[in-house]
Amino acid sequence: MGQQRITRAECAHVAALARLELTDEELDRFTGQLDELLDHVAEVEALNIDHLAPTMHPLRIGNWLRPDQVGEVLDRDEVLAQAPLVENGQFKVPPVLGEAP
Amino acid sequence: MTAVEIAAAVRSGQRSARSVIDERLSAIDGSEAEVHAFNLVTADQARARADEIDAAVAAGKDPGPLAGVPVALKDNLCTRGVPTTCSSRILEGWKPPYDAHVVELLREAGAVFVGKTNMDEFAMGSSTENSAFGATRNPLDPSRVPGGSSGGSAAAVAAGFAPVALGSDTGGSIRQPAALCGVVGVKPTYGRVSRYGLVAFASSLDQIGPFTTNVADAAAVLDVIGFPDHRDHTSRLPDPISASDTLDDGVDGLRVGVLAELSGDGIAPDVAARVQAAVRALESAGARVAEASVPSAVYGLSAYYLIAPAEASSNLARYDGVRYGLRVDGASTPDMNTATRSAGFGDEVKRRIMIGTYALSAGYYDAYYGKAQKVRTLIIDDFASVWERFDLLVSPTSPTTAFSLGERTADPMAMYMSDVCTVPVNLTGQAAMSVPYGVGDDGLPVGVQILAPALGEPVMFRAAAVLEASLG
Amino acid sequence: MSADTLDIPGLGAPSDTEWETVVGLEVHAELATDTKLFSASPNQFGGEPNTHIDPVSLGLPGSLPVLNEKAVELAIRVGLALNCRIQPSVFARKNYFYPDMPKDFQISQYDQPINVEGWLELPSGKRVGIERAHLEEDTGKTVHIGGGGRIHEAGYSLVDYNRAGVPLIEIVGRPELRSAEEARQYVAELRAILVAVGASDGKMEEGSLRVDCNVSVRPVGSDRLGTRCEIKNVNSLRSLGRAVEYEARRQIDQLTGGQPVEQQTRHWNEDDGRTHALRSKEEDYDYRYFPEPDLLPLDPSPEWVERIRQVLPPLPRDRRLRLADSAPPVDVDHIALAVERSMDDLALAAISQGGAPERVMTHVVHNLADGPGQLASEALAELVQMEEAGELTATQAKKVLAVLVEAGGSPQDAAQSLGFEAMDTGELEALVDRLIAEHPDEWSRFCEGDNKLTGFFVGQVMKATQGRADGKAVTQLLNSRRS
Ligand SMILES: [Mg+2]
Ligand SMILES: [Zn+2]
Repeated sequence: MGQQRITRAECAHVAALARLELTDEELDRFTGQLDELLDHVAEVEALNIDHLAPTMHPLRIGNWLRPDQVGEVLDRDEVLAQAPLVENGQFKVPPVLGEAP
Repeated sequence: MTAVEIAAAVRSGQRSARSVIDERLSAIDGSEAEVHAFNLVTADQARARADEIDAAVAAGKDPGPLAGVPVALKDNLCTRGVPTTCSSRILEGWKPPYDAHVVELLREAGAVFVGKTNMDEFAMGSSTENSAFGATRNPLDPSRVPGGSSGGSAAAVAAGFAPVALGSDTGGSIRQPAALCGVVGVKPTYGRVSRYGLVAFASSLDQIGPFTTNVADAAAVLDVIGFPDHRDHTSRLPDPISASDTLDDGVDGLRVGVLAELSGDGIAPDVAARVQAAVRALESAGARVAEASVPSAVYGLSAYYLIAPAEASSNLARYDGVRYGLRVDGASTPDMNTATRSAGFGDEVKRRIMIGTYALSAGYYDAYYGKAQKVRTLIIDDFASVWERFDLLVSPTSPTTAFSLGERTADPMAMYMSDVCTVPVNLTGQAAMSVPYGVGDDGLPVGVQILAPALGEPVMFRAAAVLEASLG
Repeated sequence: MSADTLDIPGLGAPSDTEWETVVGLEVHAELATDTKLFSASPNQFGGEPNTHIDPVSLGLPGSLPVLNEKAVELAIRVGLALNCRIQPSVFARKNYFYPDMPKDFQISQYDQPINVEGWLELPSGKRVGIERAHLEEDTGKTVHIGGGGRIHEAGYSLVDYNRAGVPLIEIVGRPELRSAEEARQYVAELRAILVAVGASDGKMEEGSLRVDCNVSVRPVGSDRLGTRCEIKNVNSLRSLGRAVEYEARRQIDQLTGGQPVEQQTRHWNEDDGRTHALRSKEEDYDYRYFPEPDLLPLDPSPEWVERIRQVLPPLPRDRRLRLADSAPPVDVDHIALAVERSMDDLALAAISQGGAPERVMTHVVHNLADGPGQLASEALAELVQMEEAGELTATQAKKVLAVLVEAGGSPQDAAQSLGFEAMDTGELEALVDRLIAEHPDEWSRFCEGDNKLTGFFVGQVMKATQGRADGKAVTQLLNSRRS
């Protein structure tokens, strides 16, 4: 393996961004495994393809659009029956602490 | 009895759908405990549905082209009111309030749903060992894996639990388990089958397809589900196909390329030998065979292991404990989200979410995700030039036959390598399928992969039918 | 001038002194579609919580977005109305966790928005640059329970996803506004445009039009921007002006007091008339934008864009110009207000039917604040003519107008029903001569040049005629008798 591509600290940061909490053991293990994968995929760095356009869709076909017509809505009771916690027809969550970022 | 034979018998009243499903349910009673192909068997609904079909036939109504055909569904296909878990704790017990498009189509066609099959959690894996509900075993050798991630569906068909199963293929998750279980598995052209109701892993790579015991059944099922839909913006509108109509047209004069980059290094000799035999069979059936080269194909795995996790990291953000599925309490919503996701996801899912989050994060996007999307362009362009000279390509589906349980679980990279032959096709969106072609030195099945250009399913099936016939 | 005029003492003061206020606005407008941006559940304000939901707007596993054609058309209308370049665009995922966002990412447009590089012209004629106007989906609504509903003290929160997936157009203006009043005019004009093209109902109170203001200050003459603060929760044109005014002063005090301005997001509090720090912007959140793989790139055909351009209604700016041409030399504020209240067509008609422009506009702006009601343009024109001919006093004309607004009909009949038949000049002359005879002292002082007595005589005439006489006519008569 070449130089380390991802540090334990970076792994911890990424986990936090993804709202995952890792034990020290997990963090050590994942850091090594992610580093090994990044080291393998780094083979693409050698490719001189800056001139190519990125592909975001395998299809190279034109767009089509949805007519603005109201369709079926879900049954609220059926939906709320699947929710962990509800109150007054709404989804109940612990304090959100602040506005969205 | 094949699916096509079952449908014919049920439609003509020669055989009751009820007797068909009872037969399969008793097969499940026989060996499901050992195989563990299913997360859920919906026996009562299946019997009731079969009785409806029989009633329809008795009433002279047309019960549809797949009348009475038992179908197993991968547990990432939404079924209204029936638990859909993706083999994850985080979705345990979730009952979708809607049906996937393919589920609607199969029901209209008269299919009878047997249950939901086991899989690698959120389709992330190649052995069906990453399931929160325990691994599935290969029916042909219980010490071996069935492949994955659609291992439950492949095993269900191989074990005779159902003549047809649906799976999803993001990097080989239909073709590789089909190969390891000795059944037919099809990854249709991206956009051919609507993804509406397929729980997303990697949106630009996922595609739904069938497992069957034979080529004709696969064509019949694809004719039913290969029907684009206005609820999937990436559906190819408007062009349903028929793979069945031209099934027997043979390969005389077809230009078949042997894909060099996927046939050399890292391919087990016994597997390579079976692929050579398949090539000779096509040749003797009149195909013009030559070596074909897609130099960039070798970079497929690297591009895949950046693109798929990146999309997954975003697709799986919604499992936050607010609207459905698991919630582990926390003092605040952020704490609750974190506690829920940490407890609800398994290691492989966490690993991929982290890779993907990293590949998209500020400062790394261009080096990883951005670069991978350009590699994807390179591979698409390379294939495009190959399609100017060939109608079809052939390669192994899997570098090896079925490996042992636990053999690769400790080593993610070794597991990832299982997808080396199948991944490029997901990046390009082309059609491909795996056809069983004899066995390797260990007596376990070998699958041959047939690749076709986008929308090339009819030609692809002609070659598959020739290979099947050549085995006698 | 307008109903929304700010009554803040010293408005615009910063730009009179050595400080200049710099404002750039981000406006989110809900588009007036029947369904959501990516799914077929209704786009409808209010309703029982979680009843306007479908698998897509709830972000259920397996659901997929499909783009709403009408939303794209409305976005193109807005782009054209704001003189933008309409370009091929790409939807992207903006990733962050928040309970009112069902997928924990927002589908928006990032580096390739549909509309770019436009401008909007204020009634004053000043052009304000528009950086971009892009499509994105709205979030659900979170209500905070306990702690007086304050987000930080709340005990828990409840989420309603009815609004999730409602189509928004986000219009990002360049920081080219230089006062609270300009900011107010910008939003008023933008709202008028959005309503005119049918893109939005423009209701700030219902939150279908939301304004975030970026405010900074700098020494007059400086060409670099100061550190800005983003102000949220501005829910009316009036509070917009007040918030910008307050924030500019706060920053100036900060700087003149030797304190630097910290880049922050601040919350406008209507009650105490202040802005309060929400969070400092230092830690920039990593949204991990990437192209939305479930949606194909959007590339509206030139033909489609052209068809939309063809049916675009006249915009407020064109309507103001039209009115100005036909009614010179009318006050620009009167014109702007007439258009803002969509009474420009009435005014134009009345003028073309012979009504004197200035009087017509005065009625439209001052006497028809609650709309024209039953008033026909012909009637308005005739009323103004009667005033000009001295057949009705200003006071009487107002009363007549009220009747016409209420019940319609002709000013003649209305005037009669009110007993306002004009008195002929002979009658008026006789009356004036009699009053002169009855008040010799006042008359002589008036003749010596004490004009205050004009009022006295006019008053006498009015008393004698119960206000039927035309004050102007009486004054003229008195002056002619004096010479
Ligand atoms: Mg935005
Ligand atoms: Zn926005």
